[in-house]
Amino acid sequence: MSDNPEKKTAKKTTEPTTAAPVASSKADSAENVVLRVEGLCVDFRTENGAARAVSNANLTVERGQTVAIVGESGSGKTTLAMAVLGLLASNGSVAEGHIWFKEEDLGAVSPQRMAQLRGTELGLVPQDPMTNLDPIMQIGRQIDAGLIDNGLRTRRDARTRTVELLEEVGLPDARARAAQYPHEFSGGMRQRALIAMGLSGRPALLVADEPTSALDVTVQRGILDQLSGLTEELGTAVLLITHDLGLAAERADTVVVMYRGDIVEQGPARQVLTAPQHEYTKRLMAAAPSLASRRIEIARERGLDEVLDGALLAHGEETAAETDVLVSVKDVSKVFSIRGKGLFSRSTGFTAVDGVSLDIPRGSTVAVVGESGSGKSTLARMILDIEKPTTGSITFDGGVVGAGNHRDQIAYRRRVQPVFQDPYSSLDPLYSVFRAIEEPLRAHDYGDAAARRARVEELADQVALSKSQLRRFPSELSGGQRQRVAIARALALSPELVVCDEAVSALDVVVQAQILQLLAGLQEELGLTYLFITHDLAVVRQIADRVLVMQEGRVVEEGTVDSVFDSPATAYTRALLDAIPGKDLELAL
Amino acid sequence: MLRLIVQRLLLLIPLLLGLSILLFGWVRALPGGPVQAMLGERYTPEAAAEIEAEMGLDQPLPVQYGKYLLRLIQGDFGTSLQSGRPVLDEFITRFPATIELTIVALVFAIGIGIPLGYVAARRSGSIIDHSAVVVSLIGVTVPVFFLAFILKYIFAVELGWFPTTGRQSATMIATHPTNFYVLDGLLTAEWDAAWDALMHLILPGIALGTIPLAIVARMTRAAVSEVQNADYVRTARAKGIKPARLRSEHILKNAMLPVVTTIGLQVGLLLSGAVLTETVFAFSGIGSFLANSVFRADYPVMQGFILLIAVVYALVNLIVDVSYGLIDPRLRRQQ
Repeated sequence: MSDNPEKKTAKKTTEPTTAAPVASSKADSAENVVLRVEGLCVDFRTENGAARAVSNANLTVERGQTVAIVGESGSGKTTLAMAVLGLLASNGSVAEGHIWFKEEDLGAVSPQRMAQLRGTELGLVPQDPMTNLDPIMQIGRQIDAGLIDNGLRTRRDARTRTVELLEEVGLPDARARAAQYPHEFSGGMRQRALIAMGLSGRPALLVADEPTSALDVTVQRGILDQLSGLTEELGTAVLLITHDLGLAAERADTVVVMYRGDIVEQGPARQVLTAPQHEYTKRLMAAAPSLASRRIEIARERGLDEVLDGALLAHGEETAAETDVLVSVKDVSKVFSIRGKGLFSRSTGFTAVDGVSLDIPRGSTVAVVGESGSGKSTLARMILDIEKPTTGSITFDGGVVGAGNHRDQIAYRRRVQPVFQDPYSSLDPLYSVFRAIEEPLRAHDYGDAAARRARVEELADQVALSKSQLRRFPSELSGGQRQRVAIARALALSPELVVCDEAVSALDVVVQAQILQLLAGLQEELGLTYLFITHDLAVVRQIADRVLVMQEGRVVEEGTVDSVFDSPATAYTRALLDAIPGKDLELAL
Repeated sequence: MLRLIVQRLLLLIPLLLGLSILLFGWVRALPGGPVQAMLGERYTPEAAAEIEAEMGLDQPLPVQYGKYLLRLIQGDFGTSLQSGRPVLDEFITRFPATIELTIVALVFAIGIGIPLGYVAARRSGSIIDHSAVVVSLIGVTVPVFFLAFILKYIFAVELGWFPTTGRQSATMIATHPTNFYVLDGLLTAEWDAAWDALMHLILPGIALGTIPLAIVARMTRAAVSEVQNADYVRTARAKGIKPARLRSEHILKNAMLPVVTTIGLQVGLLLSGAVLTETVFAFSGIGSFLANSVFRADYPVMQGFILLIAVVYALVNLIVDVSYGLIDPRLRRQQ
């Protein structure tokens, strides 16, 4: 590989000027360049021929620098990262261009050489801590194996090093922990173990693929701090893959924006975020968590001044007057019994929801936020009458929920509808979109076939689905389109209350913003009441009037969105708010 | 782990009690009945009444069942009407033959099924993969007795490589301390007897092992295909793990979880006796004896054998459940 430097310089002179902002300013520090991607194209073989996932990508990562690739799912950002690591799926290949890592072109080296580089010079911190550790192998052993196979430690002293590495990423009691299995670790601990694993070979380049997107916000912050602290200390270059613009703004020196396989914009983080050039970046910025309520924006767009005034009023001040309360939850608790360990031991209780009270005024949006395990979903399920409260009562429009006979329960189900998190699993794959939306109408004997068809078409129109899409099946739709179908289905019976359990959490920011806008629009139009269950405070800010913060089954704080966001009363709420990535982004704006 | 074993053994009691009632009722509901079978052409109502009184069959059913249960608890499964020997003795004499046959069938099924399934999954879409799919499809669909006849005809009758019937050649003089013929030959250093017994096991073992082989191969292929695309396999590659370790420790071990379940179910079925294979090869295991006892209305054998097979089946399942815990730490805690 002695001719490589020549090749490299030769290539550089013919380099297109698209990458100029980064390349030119760093020309003097060429020896510091760890990774240089030049004109990279990645193809996937499909039944319909080659599909290009990344086209003509150029970027540079220097020693100690963090470069973030931002884009929605399907933008090619993960494909680009996997091409760098030589871990493309078996039907993927580098079609054109070069991936210069130090002196070598990773697109052209042998698979053996690539395997040598992985774990020593190249590290990976993968996305989902739940699926990226072998479930039947001890955590320590999984790190040992890498150290041994890369010739970094002998079989005998690998464990000592593993324990050091685990301590380094802030895992308490590392020696004992190393002998445990993944299922004995929390998500955050697993992610720490994966970071230890990724850095175990002291790589020159670390690819961090959405390293925290599967974690609760407060955990996310700690992990990211640990990661950036370590890479800074070790001088590791980081290629950070994320869909979260806020996160990129906070953690990266350079931001690269990808859209449908193309790099549409790149430059210093602040420059890209404050003065976005490309249309897509602008859209991404607009969709990012913003200060203004989505409802106000909609009102403004439509020029409905009186609605705007109302919304502003409702948003700002707590309305002192008696409002029309649709749902009233009084001192509700839910205890689940857990089967005992012994052969005849008694079951013990686990209190998921502990003495919660809340009122949902008609026509308003109330959000319940908290981390996983805080009891927010159990509360939602009780309001939906899927679970029964152990103590306390829930009233809906004056009537006690779950008290009546079967007929009353069916009537209740018409008035309260859920929209769930996962638009992939909550739609029957064998039902067409039309059938999916029609389903509740059939179940509740709504009119004849013609009346149902008219209603489905009306609903599709309300959620901005075209008529042709009604004939499609869920597998042919994007995540956002599926969630529109789920919303249309929920609205089919003209409910008064819609319970959205993490309804937009699985969606990309741009799509998320569209769906929130849709929900807010439908609220104005149909006078709906929303209960939003979410862990995402940015969503709360965009849509809710009132917010409840739950922790370990209790409500720790409650108030209007502005009061909670501007002057959080409890340390827990402050921690949640601090943990939202992208505070810098808001400052930059 | 110990708690699981005790728990499962305790559960056997109600299971066997229920099964004994079912069997007791079912056997008596069969047309004909033992008295007719015993008397045959000498049947007269008087002779029948005499035998019924002698055997206690004239008493009310609950009394009969009570007495049966009492004897059962003492380990007395009754006496075979065909042979006049205790049912338990008949079982203990024949069961080693079935175990030997099961072991050979399993070695065949696992020894070929797992590598075949593994290679098919790793080279998905290759010729090996397609042939594996075809072979396993044939394996599942060809009737066992047909396969047994074909094997016997080609390899025993035409080519003469293997003996046609029985557990050991009639000319072989051997002592049998355990009734496991291969083991007996090894224990008594009668090497030719051990070899002869093993040769007698090959063809019936292959005939019997073909369906399990097909099932194990398909299950392995499916499991390996899934595991090799798992995130943790990619992560293991990203940390520079050696290919050999990736295969043995990550892919194969994880893929074995569903395969072990399948094998366990197959072992249970094989140990329950293989009537057709045993009949074709005149192999005296529990399957052919049980089938004969049905034809001859030998109800003590039917009841006794089925109960004992149920115990064996339950124990095999218990062993499988315990072995999950050895492979999968997540189940260890639950157990």
